[in-house]
Amino acid sequence: MKDQKNIIQIRDVSKVYRRGVEEVHALRSVTIDIERGNYVSIMGPSGSGKSTLFNIIGGLDSPSSGEVFIDGFRLSDLSSRQLAWVRCRRIGFIFQSFNLIPSMTALENVAIARIFAGFSPAQARRDAGQTLERVGLGHRLHHLPSQVSGGQQQRIAIARALVNQPSIILADEPTGNLDLHTGEEIINLIGEMKAKFGITIITATHDMKMLSASDVVVWIKDGAVEKTARKGEINIEVGTIDGKTLA
Amino acid sequence: MEPTQPSAIHEIPNQYSIPWSVAFQVSWAGVRRRIFRSAITMLGVVLAIALLTYMFVTQNITESLVNTNDDALFILLQKAGVDPFSANRVDSMTILLITLSLITCLVGIINAMLMSVTERIKEIGTLKCLGALDSFIVKSYFIESSLQGFLGTLFGIAIGLLVAILIATTNYGRAVFTFFPGLAAVKSILIAAVTGLLISIVASIAPAYWAAKKEPVEAMRVEE
Ligand SMILES: Nc1ncnc2c1ncn2[C@@H]1O[C@H](COP(=O)(O)OP(=O)(O)OP(=O)(O)O)[C@@H](O)[C@H]1O
Ligand SMILES: [Mg+2]
Repeated sequence: MKDQKNIIQIRDVSKVYRRGVEEVHALRSVTIDIERGNYVSIMGPSGSGKSTLFNIIGGLDSPSSGEVFIDGFRLSDLSSRQLAWVRCRRIGFIFQSFNLIPSMTALENVAIARIFAGFSPAQARRDAGQTLERVGLGHRLHHLPSQVSGGQQQRIAIARALVNQPSIILADEPTGNLDLHTGEEIINLIGEMKAKFGITIITATHDMKMLSASDVVVWIKDGAVEKTARKGEINIEVGTIDGKTLA
Repeated sequence: MEPTQPSAIHEIPNQYSIPWSVAFQVSWAGVRRRIFRSAITMLGVVLAIALLTYMFVTQNITESLVNTNDDALFILLQKAGVDPFSANRVDSMTILLITLSLITCLVGIINAMLMSVTERIKEIGTLKCLGALDSFIVKSYFIESSLQGFLGTLFGIAIGLLVAILIATTNYGRAVFTFFPGLAAVKSILIAAVTGLLISIVASIAPAYWAAKKEPVEAMRVEE
């Protein structure tokens, strides 16, 4: 049952949204294996189903058909309290719009995730402080999100995602709201977390910069996997894809 | 409490449930920082409880003055529109007025809380992505509303008491202090306090459960 190599298995997943009589096929029998410790980028144009796929991997949404396994466990077999545990301890979420709690300081935003994991508020604040230092925000602990830059907000969000030592980071367009340079810093930081802690990273992006950090790139189009490329192959692919998107 | 490596499905633990005391700390910080927003929710309680306190304490003072059987005070009482012979009866108009103000207050708090939940749908979704259980969301909104109710009640009582004494003093002068109905006023204040707390607790139930029903996927909602 337990698959040591693949931390996430997506099996024949389809998702259909119904809007009245209209049906939107957001995903069409997607099958992807994600290896432990890999940095996987999901690339695809707007509306191709990236976010839908992320929501399903994170257990935020259920597929219309097909199955998702995390650490060998079928997500649909978990009770809601077990699913909450998996989201808390196994998965770190990073969002395009940062999603920090505006009324909480940087420290509190990170500590709350630790509190959910069952640590005392005092311990949670200590761990949060250390994690914020690790992402280079040791000097902004008591600032509110509105008092720091977008890049710094995303760093707080990264610290929040890391504080419970997850084995997976799910980041849906983490650089979508950042300028080029800041986006690059964030990507490097996420890449560092993979190298240091062996965390499996899955990001969705339209952003070609993401490719250099990736071990695997999965292109999806109209809800279906178009192709998959591993590291060495990516450089060759970039040219063609670049050509395609620029045209 | 290092993450364990479950090998069978039943070994995956149930998510830890946050105790009330911790939920209180988290909510208290939120209410403090969003003080302006909290004040809007509180305003309804403040006004209703101020009115309630004002009416009760004014009634206490007139009764106490009537009981003095002082002729000079009777003239003042009559000038202020009080009939000394029926002063110990609360008329039905007053009861109606108080009831209406309390209902308005209840509806007001529910409305303000629902708005505040709507504003924070994305925040609730995010907390659930981080592992918050429904029970934590219920607790924190319940605590938040009760805290606002508590603070609103305190302010309301202070304002109602102040206004009642101020108006009574302008009408009857120093006699108000000489014959101040201390025990009766304390009783009135207690009734107002209990009413204020009860209303804010009752009003918070529906919004708290509504907030907890929000799905984690709401975190992904794109605003604007
Ligand atoms: N809740 C929903 N109800 C109905 N249709 C939806 C819903 N969510 C997504 N869709 C549709 O599913 C398709 C895939 O959407 P999705 O958000 O997954 O794309 P995406 O690749 O993340 O796009 P983007 O790059 O713009 O974020 C789109 O056609 C979208 O309109
Ligand atoms: Mg998307």
